[in-house]
Amino acid sequence: MCKDCGCSIVEHSHEHQSAHAHLHDNPQLNDKKTIEIITKILDKNDHEAEHNRQHFDTHGVLCINLMSSPGSGKTTLLEYLSEVADFTFGVIEGDLETSRDTDRLKAKGIQAHQIQTGSACHLDAFMVHKALHHIDLNTIDVCFIENVGNLVCPASYDVGSHLSIVLVSIPEGEDKIVKYPVMFRKADLILFTKIDLLPYFEYDIAKEKEMARKLRPNVDILEVSTKDEESLKKVAQWIRFKMEMR
Amino acid sequence: MHEYSIVQSLLDTCEKNAVKNAATKVTRVVVKIGVMSGVEPDLLKTAFDIFKENTLCDGCEFIIHIQPIVVKCRVCEAQSTLQKLEYLCPECQSLELDVIDGEEMYLMQLELE
Ligand SMILES: Nc1nc2c(ncn2[C@@H]2O[C@H](COP(=O)(O)OP(=O)(O)O)[C@@H](O)[C@H]2O)c(=O)[nH]1
Ligand SMILES: [Mg+2]
Ligand SMILES: [Zn+2]
Ligand SMILES: [Zn+2]
Ligand SMILES: [Zn+2]
Repeated sequence: MCKDCGCSIVEHSHEHQSAHAHLHDNPQLNDKKTIEIITKILDKNDHEAEHNRQHFDTHGVLCINLMSSPGSGKTTLLEYLSEVADFTFGVIEGDLETSRDTDRLKAKGIQAHQIQTGSACHLDAFMVHKALHHIDLNTIDVCFIENVGNLVCPASYDVGSHLSIVLVSIPEGEDKIVKYPVMFRKADLILFTKIDLLPYFEYDIAKEKEMARKLRPNVDILEVSTKDEESLKKVAQWIRFKMEMR
Repeated sequence: MHEYSIVQSLLDTCEKNAVKNAATKVTRVVVKIGVMSGVEPDLLKTAFDIFKENTLCDGCEFIIHIQPIVVKCRVCEAQSTLQKLEYLCPECQSLELDVIDGEEMYLMQLELE
């Protein structure tokens, strides 16, 4: 049983760690011993993330981690998606300490739950697990996690999502991808947002795409603008396509 | 600065292993940090030195091995270390690679007393 929620997902014990931890006594030293213990530092988080994925899987829900700098358009994208998507979705909101973004989503009739992140610079799998039990997974097809606006820390934490969408907006300027390679390497889909503003900025979008594909050769890329409904529909179609793959 | 929360997890694992081995002190911690793990080694070291106080790791030596990206090509089967951030096989230019190392962070070794 899941310890926090009493859900019926079987918690497999942490004992499996010892299976890949090799202990060697060092015979030369009597008072000191060296042990080789090859463990991922974020092992516990990864374990919880796997548990979260099981929650999503048992409900047939596709979970998508949305990441970007602050202000790239994550919440706006979700608001607009509610108008064009032919699937239902909920949102676990971790972007702000206040519930402003959650209120914006609820106003659109989207099921949303705010995580109180305090001063955290990323979400981890434990925070998402807690939030998960405030979302009715039976009534949605897709669950978005709007991560903290930050291109660094969230990249290191598996939160239990199936896919990652990373947004980068035109006004942020060039070189975001080369400066934050770990984040863009994690992306299954990169969204260039606020594409309507291209005429006002020096922004070589072809060069940025080329950089993205050096980091992740098979990454999907779309350009979006809230002024262009077709571009938003393409995002919805991409998600729909991925939904049908599960 | 997620290096702080990473250090918390690391110290936790170190202490658990120390207790499991009936040790009273950890004298050396060796970690392997991938260049694409998203962790800044300098920040990690600073965070570790701050948080190790009042734990079993107090006063211990902290060694960071920086791990470059190692890939294995699915086409020519060559295993290579990437010299720059470009995921492409240096031998045959194929894009079909499996990443073997360099994107994760591991606790590797502990010296206990
Ligand atoms: N011109 C333009 N502005 C946009 C677009 N998408 C978002 N914005 C604006 O960007 C600002 C930040 O968006 P928000 O969704 O709050 O970003 P978040 O922090 O990533 O959630 C808001 O003022 C939006 O109106 C777009 O496609 N075009
Ligand atoms: Mg937001
Ligand atoms: Zn659970
Ligand atoms: Zn951080
Ligand atoms: Zn090759």
